[in-house]
Amino acid sequence: MAPLVFGAVRGDEVSPDPDEGLARRLKALACTAPLHDLDARKAKLDWADATVYQMAEIALHTIDQVTIAMDFDTGADHEQVVNRLLPFIAAQAPGRGIAEHTRVARWVLDNLINVGTTDRGFRRVYGSVGPDGTYRRRAFDFKLLVELAAPSGEVYLRATDEAINVLVGALDTDVESAQIAAEVKLENLISRGRLADAKLAAEQARYRTVQYGETLRAKLDATRRDVRSVDWEREVPELLDSALAHIESRFRAETAILKNITAARDEAEDPDHKRRAAELVEIVAECIRRHTQLQSRLQAAGAVFRAEQDRQQFSGPPQRAAIDLFGQLLTPALELPLADAVAPTRAFFHAATGITVPTVPSLPSLVSLLLRPAPEREQVVGEIPEPELMPADETDSYTNEQWRQADHLLDLPEVPRRLSGLLAEARDTDPGLARLVALRALHAYGPEVGGAVRQGERHVLLAFDDGTPLDDAEFGGADLLLTTAVLDTGAGGTDTDAEEVA
Amino acid sequence: MSTTHSSADAEAAARLISFGMRPKLLPGRDVVYGELVRRYAEDSAFKKLTNAVAAGLGLMVLEVSAQAGAVLAATDESIFEIKMDSYARQSKIRERRDTEKVLHGLIHLATAALGYPRPDDLANDTYIGRVSVEQVDGVVREACRILDERAASAEHNSDPLADAPELEQAWRAYARRPAAAATKDGRLASDTTRGMVARALRFLAEQGFLVPVSAEQGGTYRTTPRYQVQVRELAADAAFDELLSLGVVSVADGAGTLRATSSDTL
Repeated sequence: MAPLVFGAVRGDEVSPDPDEGLARRLKALACTAPLHDLDARKAKLDWADATVYQMAEIALHTIDQVTIAMDFDTGADHEQVVNRLLPFIAAQAPGRGIAEHTRVARWVLDNLINVGTTDRGFRRVYGSVGPDGTYRRRAFDFKLLVELAAPSGEVYLRATDEAINVLVGALDTDVESAQIAAEVKLENLISRGRLADAKLAAEQARYRTVQYGETLRAKLDATRRDVRSVDWEREVPELLDSALAHIESRFRAETAILKNITAARDEAEDPDHKRRAAELVEIVAECIRRHTQLQSRLQAAGAVFRAEQDRQQFSGPPQRAAIDLFGQLLTPALELPLADAVAPTRAFFHAATGITVPTVPSLPSLVSLLLRPAPEREQVVGEIPEPELMPADETDSYTNEQWRQADHLLDLPEVPRRLSGLLAEARDTDPGLARLVALRALHAYGPEVGGAVRQGERHVLLAFDDGTPLDDAEFGGADLLLTTAVLDTGAGGTDTDAEEVA
Repeated sequence: MSTTHSSADAEAAARLISFGMRPKLLPGRDVVYGELVRRYAEDSAFKKLTNAVAAGLGLMVLEVSAQAGAVLAATDESIFEIKMDSYARQSKIRERRDTEKVLHGLIHLATAALGYPRPDDLANDTYIGRVSVEQVDGVVREACRILDERAASAEHNSDPLADAPELEQAWRAYARRPAAAATKDGRLASDTTRGMVARALRFLAEQGFLVPVSAEQGGTYRTTPRYQVQVRELAADAAFDELLSLGVVSVADGAGTLRATSSDTL
């Protein structure tokens, strides 16, 4: 009995909702679709034979490059990414020119952004079973690379969470627990002497400190603007507490590390080992300096609050009741379905944009407007050359009658015939006809059977070269064997092929 | 009590309204305008006459004050009304027009919300707000992010239905639209949210509701008393009434709900 109960409980914990897991996997799968799509479409590019390029590889590399270039403020711009991609692309097709490599890079980049759609993203439809048991189709919107505007106005690229997940796998880890993991890792690394990794872990700890500092700065700035906009009753004390706890634990950890590493540095024999230990000492010292900085700001935070409270309590009470635009209008409007949101947003727009004064031209000015000569174009763009138009060349080299005769000659349903015989027969009818027959025979060599099927043709002319040279006064080449094959459109293929004709 | 108006009174009333139609003209800069504004405040017969002339034209007088001048609003179907259809007409045909309109409306709403973050700011006649393209886009995106987090933590799956795009929530449409996109000539694409915000702010500046301050953060503007009157006396109520009729009611205290937010990204 007991093991059964235990098993049931355990089963529930592992998969609380199989449907949710399915949706999550479908979404993960959808994120890879744009990459597969690149390889599927590369053969259709008309500006280059792009089949030699491994587009999915290039795409992953692109996401790599963008991710690497992402720092706190900005990422890479388009040009930088393309330039960094070039060596990788060139390695795939060394024979091709740099212009083509650049074009491939741009094509992959544009497709990862999905340039050309308004939203510049991807959408996948997946199904889910709702609580009432009905199957609903839902849309999953995602992006791989996004363009953002830097303060300077330039547009730069960042990889989205989806892209990073596609790239690296599961990054779905809690920052807090990653922090603890990093600490444990650090101690292990030190004890095993793997200093390069230790350096990375120490740097990660520093990011957390910087983040606390940044959050605190934002809160204090808001407090200076308006004390009431920041929750000093619960939120900020909690922030201060957790920041202090973080500093305390880091101080303890890093002082211990510093002591160990300094000892390691002084005792190390290997110069490379010694140098890396020295680097780590610097980083850890920098971390401690940052922690100290954060701690002094934490201590001053309370004073800022009290000073601002004193200063701001003299500002007058509200004069009249007004609407909270953000909480009472913007947020509810954002939550509405699009169809419902039209009315409130339109009402606000009409009322908040003021009035427009319609421009009504008076009759005298309308008349003079209409009578005004058209502006001289020469003054704007310079002289426009008058194009000399020539009558178009006659494009029909052969008359309808000649085409009909050629059709008749080349209708060979039963027995294949030699080109030489057909040419002789054509010359007997009309000397000009021979050329048309020869051209059509040449065209029939390697016919596009698939194209003929798509266009719904019933017959297709086939030509085959069995090695016999053509002995003719006007034309040279092979004496082709010609026949008419019937297309079996029902089965989507042909019932005769070139081998049978031969 | 019946008052008789002379034709000179009618002319003065109409002149005050015509001053109100030039949004960048301020009573402090024009002696005649200033005199009419003063007369409107002191002479109740003149005030009634002005309001009546405005009503006949299809206008509403929202406020006449020395700071804001004569602030007018168009009544429904008035020739002075600015149509959303003509404002949003640049949208491509294949796009759902409603989405485009809602996005433009949300941007105007967010501009006002950022200009007057607290209800007190909207009520306080001396308050001057500052808005910038970057901030307006940031405020909406932050609100979208919070709604997204709320949706992600909800019990049921709230991803939009593929066969009913009009039921998709507005914040998803906004969040999906890119903030910026490079065009071939290096300008900001106009169908991105930042492009739309920049257009809204330029438009409001032309209407005398904002004054450009600097080009920082994609364009920084300060609000004018005129905008405050417009939002407070008319726009906020109009939108609120629509929300009430949809059954979306929320009650707030005087502190407002726009908060400084922290970034969770490392």
